[in-house]
Amino acid sequence: MKFFMIHLMPYTHLDLDYDKKYDSAWVTLPNSYFDPKDGPALYNRFIDELVYADELGFDGICCNEHHQNAYGLMPIPGVIAGALARQTRNCKIAVLGRALPLLTYPLAVAEEYAMLDNISNGRLIAGFVRGIGAEYHSTGVNPAESHERFHEAHDLILQAWTKPGPSIYEGKYYHFNYVNTWPRVVQQPHPPIWIPSQGSSETINWASHPSRKYVYLQTFSPVEQLRHFMRLYRQQAEKYGYEAKPQQLGWATPIYVSDTDEAAVREARPHVEAFYNKFLRMPFEMLLPPGYLSLNSMAAVGEKARAGGAAQGAVKKIEDLMEKGMIICGSPDSVAQQLEHHQKEVGYGKVIAMMQFGTLPHDMTKRSMELFATKVIPKLRHIGEEEATPVVHAAE
Amino acid sequence: MAEATEHYVTIADCKVQYLRGGKGQTVLFLHGGGGAGIWFPFFNALSEQYDVVMPEHPGFGRSDTPPWLDNVGDLSNFYFEFIKRLGLKDIHLIGNSLGGWLAADMVVRNPTPFRSLTLITAAGIHVHDVPKGDIFLWSPEQLMRNLFHNQAIPDALLKAPVNEEERRRQMKNSLTLAKLTWQPRLYDPHLQKWVHRIDIPTLIVWGDDDKLIPPPYGPAWRDLIPGATLAVIKDCGHVPHLEKTEETLAVITKHIAGVK
Repeated sequence: MKFFMIHLMPYTHLDLDYDKKYDSAWVTLPNSYFDPKDGPALYNRFIDELVYADELGFDGICCNEHHQNAYGLMPIPGVIAGALARQTRNCKIAVLGRALPLLTYPLAVAEEYAMLDNISNGRLIAGFVRGIGAEYHSTGVNPAESHERFHEAHDLILQAWTKPGPSIYEGKYYHFNYVNTWPRVVQQPHPPIWIPSQGSSETINWASHPSRKYVYLQTFSPVEQLRHFMRLYRQQAEKYGYEAKPQQLGWATPIYVSDTDEAAVREARPHVEAFYNKFLRMPFEMLLPPGYLSLNSMAAVGEKARAGGAAQGAVKKIEDLMEKGMIICGSPDSVAQQLEHHQKEVGYGKVIAMMQFGTLPHDMTKRSMELFATKVIPKLRHIGEEEATPVVHAAE
Repeated sequence: MAEATEHYVTIADCKVQYLRGGKGQTVLFLHGGGGAGIWFPFFNALSEQYDVVMPEHPGFGRSDTPPWLDNVGDLSNFYFEFIKRLGLKDIHLIGNSLGGWLAADMVVRNPTPFRSLTLITAAGIHVHDVPKGDIFLWSPEQLMRNLFHNQAIPDALLKAPVNEEERRRQMKNSLTLAKLTWQPRLYDPHLQKWVHRIDIPTLIVWGDDDKLIPPPYGPAWRDLIPGATLAVIKDCGHVPHLEKTEETLAVITKHIAGVK
């Protein structure tokens, strides 16, 4: 297996009682809750943690993109990725944004990723996402255009990387007379592409297509959903006439390791509960604006989410979160066992470990990372290593 | 009192539902973001004097969602076809909220089929420094409450059971409403530039407690359209024809009767 560390870079100093006055840490929470004095130390601490992951032998480190919230302070992930490209030597650097539909000029992503690929000497992994529903409230982009804009922007970026420039792109949302990206990417024909998602059959059908075989990441979801969507990817690959390999599938989840199971639960509890109950808190309408999902998906997924209070409401306890697999927490042995157990069942080959979550302090984050790198990763290295078979370039 | 009959017509590969009732001069009513399909007492009363046609827009309720539907202009073009197909003439055009935006857009494009225009709490323009309600962040209950001044109405509506079919229609309506109005939110900067061309008798109707498109929008519309008059309904929210049926009927029938 391959092991990556992802960071959300939350505003750990957030007054957790904000929810007495506001219903979310996103979009509408006044930015007066952010104390400018905290910023410099916080950003540098988080960058240090990712650099430390490289030193500890993680295969890669990941940053991501969210806007106008206390949950993740990386609205422009390329800034962080640029710093990481200079400060690390070995690991892959995955940008698990960019949220393509939010942009009016998606060629900026072709350019930004090409710069990162050059500075890191070919270590960039290019993530493409739609962004979560809250992003559409924050940026004003119409959620009903999200799918179409995503596909156009993706095609445009791939064209910029693979078709000799200048070329022309004329779409419904994007139109450029001169697609002619400088610099060119180091990794030819283009950097590996990952598609993180909360789970959607449309996304899986598209990502698993033989002309793409993009790595699909299931993010911060219960094991039940992980199982469902990984199966869906493999079934779809079979329909396309090939076998999906473990390295095409990844799972992003919070992980915390301590000396014993009991210590791990005790130490992680306040921080992971803050993560799910405070930082991720948002009303249904913010999470799933109309048009973000198709009508059928909204009827199937959205209504369940509303009924289940997925977005907010029921306070989640660590025991419940562990049972659902929304955090892997325990001694090195038991964390390794859980990851191996799920791997055998679900077949993923990449673990995207969120080693810092919610309010988890620096020293605890580092110690958990050390235990994970020295006592968990070595036990699991040998499984799930198979790479995808080469991409078939054919007319779709 | 005239009951409505239900009809379907297919135009531009899109099958739409419309209700029609009454006799007399033609009134075409264009609904707001919540959809149509219900013959409220307002329409019943209106159809005592007029031939009232109330279609459900493409993308809403019982009507199809066509692949060509992206903006209010698409609806305008669709409705010119609709008017032609049904052979409607000398139309008194009424629009509420989204439907008001649509109505204004149509008259700017081509006033020929219309004798008068009534805009009830119309979307479509932008007034600086008058924030509108965020319909897409409100919960269903907040939305229901913010549509009315008299909270006894949402109190009753919220208690009524919603069946699966109706729930799905509401989801469909929200999706289309987002598609049409999310960005720029509830207005078209290019419509605003040309509403001064509207040269048919125009009445603006506003509730004095509209929490979605606040009351200053009433005078703004009036001042943009030459000769337009404004009727403000007291103790009334965003849907005057439902909340204050009699008062709204009175100003509209007077307006239509006054058309030479």
